[in-house]
Amino acid sequence: MRIILVGCGKIGVALISALVAEGHDMVAMDSRSTVLEELTNQYDVMCMVGNGADCEALQAAGVDRTDLFIAVTGSDELNMLMCFLAKRQGADHTIARIRNPQYNDKSLSFLRQQLGLSMSVNPELLTAQELHHILKLPAASKVETFSRRNFEMVELRLKEDSPLVGGRLMDLRERFRARFLICVVQRGAEVIIPRGDFTLQAGDRIGLTADRVELWKLLKAAGLARKQARNVMLLGGSRIAYYLSKMLLSSGSNVNLIDTDRAVCHKFSDMLPAISTYCGDGTHPELLQEAGLHNQDAFVCLTGMDEENILVAYYAKAQRVGQVIAKVNHDEMARMAEQMGLEIVISPKDVVVNVVIRYARALQSSIGSSIENLYQLMDGKAEALEFIISEEADFTDIPLKELELKKNILIGGILRDRRAIIPDGDDVILPGDRVVVIAGQRRLNALGEILQ
Amino acid sequence: MNRKMVYFLIGRILLLESGLLLLPLAVSIYYADGGLFPFLITIALGLALGCLLCGLFRTDDPVIFAKEGFFVTGLAWLSVSALGALPFVLSGQIPNFIDAFFETVSGFTTTGASILTDVEAMARSMLFWRSFTHWIGGMGVLVLMVAVMPNLSGRTIHVLRAEMPGPTMGKLSPRLRDTAKILYTLYIAMTLLELVLLVAGGMPLFDSAIHTFGTAGTGGFGMKAASIAGYSPYLQWVIAVFMMLFGINFNLYFLLLMRRFRAALRSEELWTYVILIGTATALICWNILPLCAGFSDALRSAFFQVTSISSTTGFSTVDFDQWPTLSRMILVLLMFIGACAGSTAGGLKVSRAVLLFKTTRREIRHLLHPRSVTSVRFEGKPVESATLISIGTYFALYMGLFAAFWFIVSFQPGFDGVTNFTAVASCLNNIGPGFNLVGPAASYAGYSPFFKVVLAFAMLFGRLEIYPMLISLSPSTWLKK
Repeated sequence: MRIILVGCGKIGVALISALVAEGHDMVAMDSRSTVLEELTNQYDVMCMVGNGADCEALQAAGVDRTDLFIAVTGSDELNMLMCFLAKRQGADHTIARIRNPQYNDKSLSFLRQQLGLSMSVNPELLTAQELHHILKLPAASKVETFSRRNFEMVELRLKEDSPLVGGRLMDLRERFRARFLICVVQRGAEVIIPRGDFTLQAGDRIGLTADRVELWKLLKAAGLARKQARNVMLLGGSRIAYYLSKMLLSSGSNVNLIDTDRAVCHKFSDMLPAISTYCGDGTHPELLQEAGLHNQDAFVCLTGMDEENILVAYYAKAQRVGQVIAKVNHDEMARMAEQMGLEIVISPKDVVVNVVIRYARALQSSIGSSIENLYQLMDGKAEALEFIISEEADFTDIPLKELELKKNILIGGILRDRRAIIPDGDDVILPGDRVVVIAGQRRLNALGEILQ
Repeated sequence: MNRKMVYFLIGRILLLESGLLLLPLAVSIYYADGGLFPFLITIALGLALGCLLCGLFRTDDPVIFAKEGFFVTGLAWLSVSALGALPFVLSGQIPNFIDAFFETVSGFTTTGASILTDVEAMARSMLFWRSFTHWIGGMGVLVLMVAVMPNLSGRTIHVLRAEMPGPTMGKLSPRLRDTAKILYTLYIAMTLLELVLLVAGGMPLFDSAIHTFGTAGTGGFGMKAASIAGYSPYLQWVIAVFMMLFGINFNLYFLLLMRRFRAALRSEELWTYVILIGTATALICWNILPLCAGFSDALRSAFFQVTSISSTTGFSTVDFDQWPTLSRMILVLLMFIGACAGSTAGGLKVSRAVLLFKTTRREIRHLLHPRSVTSVRFEGKPVESATLISIGTYFALYMGLFAAFWFIVSFQPGFDGVTNFTAVASCLNNIGPGFNLVGPAASYAGYSPFFKVVLAFAMLFGRLEIYPMLISLSPSTWLKK
């Protein structure tokens, strides 16, 4: 694919490196020629000095022949403007980095619609979501959201004592009284799309879909959500901390925040009344003890200093806090910290790169097909594809159990009037629905191919 | 330094050259002129050496930096020339290896300076190979390697930057490999166009091929003692126009192809080049009018010679050594300026000359108004001072090198100052003929072997724009780990 990226800062360069490795044709644009000079020596990209909001510069970069336009400069407004202009000049898809929390609330979907943005990335929000998943779902190795967040699929590894082990899938639904679907199972190196008579074993890695409320109910019933962190301490009142506290508080955790700046503490307690804030230096053990470090289930270091995050994380680990996470921006330092024994190191840069790469892959696969969205499951061994059902489709209004699907194909979810349905055999597909199809070892281009 | 990768790339280059030698091999089979075994032996040797180097120096670490880029480029050109000289020696057409090396370097660097006293006695396949080296060297051996050989790392830009003439290198497409492919596609298309026009004008196919290679690479090896003089005015015009076209930055052709006509025609370098050629042609035409048969004859001779020298090709239709001093002086000046950056031509390059002129103008202005702040603009954009400094340094180095070569060559007994001056200028700027004893009607055969080697190095220095050769030859590159 041909991709233009504007803004070659830390995230920009990380994206270029990853996208070039994926084999895309990259054009990098920045207003600073020194940055580009460095870049062109390292990566096989075309570099152009210029302002991405300058129509002539965009024209020169070949925006009309571009599949994907990515704006990741430091300014939200500039990114939005650039994406708008690029879209108007013929770029197929646009991604903007929008990090100001004010743009990221309710106005975001309106903005995205008006500007024609395919995706907006907010590194802090994405990082906070990732952290939230780690803290709330200790057993899940990955959580995937489909169809504008209406479906979630969690990937779990089944332990010996899991109540899911041993039962046939068709019986499990009865037992847990929840609508859920096990879409994909990885056993050893093999990936299976299971039928109702499939029996789970210990050690299986499963992909499980359910809508939000049901998912939590099920995980609780299956004894998978038991270890989630109830008491969380955050160090550093950054934007990530704000998003994360908001999520944690709304899912019922207690959040303690430590920051050196009194004004920041006040702001947090103004915006999030349920939070407990402590003003002081987080590197002082007394303060940490006073704030109740040893009662915490999890401790997350989110200050702007990598070194401080790593060191304090070690201290917290030594104090036997269950889960310790450090945010580290520099790749080299993250590697060092991991080598020295910190289990979870998170880098906002990596989070953004993963999201954009996943999007680019999906985009590439969907070119020339009727796929709306594509997600990769189980490290790329299976795929979830999203389709919209047209009026002409010949399999509408037939109960799913009567449809003769090909092997290794499964209807994972139906979205009708903004309502998510986890289907069973009696459900039907209607025109206008969005359908998520799970496919293993097979590349689908159109929905018609799922039938035998 | 990543030596393994350097030697590996040299191996690849030798393999590529062996592949290219198949073409003259086919010609020698067609004409049955005794070139078969020399070419076969050379190809076998190239394959053996190439495989050996590629096998011995296979490495998992393909990362190279600017230093390796320069080193590879210098070394590649030396080894390609050494291997390319073998067919001449093995066939006995140029028995002395030094002579053959001079001839091959002159070919690859698109100089066109020859030690042959009787070109017309050469075997056809040898003539073909001699001219074909022009065509390969014009766009560059390493550019060709990047275009045709897969699996090179993203850092090959260092190699390309070292080989491409001009102060800066612009990519035409996101991928280096595609850029190299685009350049070669344009190059091949223009070559074919000229070939067709020449054949249509009644030139035999073999002659057309030889002269097209000479024009495309802006080299100047011909196949007649009188160069182009024996051909019809139409053919002379075609060659003259194409010499001028091959002296233009190839990026502009790409812009034309992308239908960005305005951007292409706004190029400051292009217009300077055209105005330079126009002025020189007018002056010389007026100057030589009394010597010629008529105005059209004078105009054609003047235009042909001006494009030939300024594009650094070196074809001739008349013995311009007999022209008045003013015309000869203009030609010497054109030798130094050369053609546009990013073309197949040599010389200092028009863009550098323009920037030097503008910098000088700014310095003078600054002397008169010490508080004045002005930026130097080129192609509608302000030029960074780092670029200006590097151009100034390049010019100083270039002049210093020119003086050094002139000094060394002066040791050759029996040659006058003008001969030596123009010989060095001609070799360093990759033109070919000079004046007096190395004039268009004479050859470089008179120089003793040592000076032939010196002049061959002058050509390599000129073609690769000094730095790659300087770095390949400096002891620190070889001694340090």
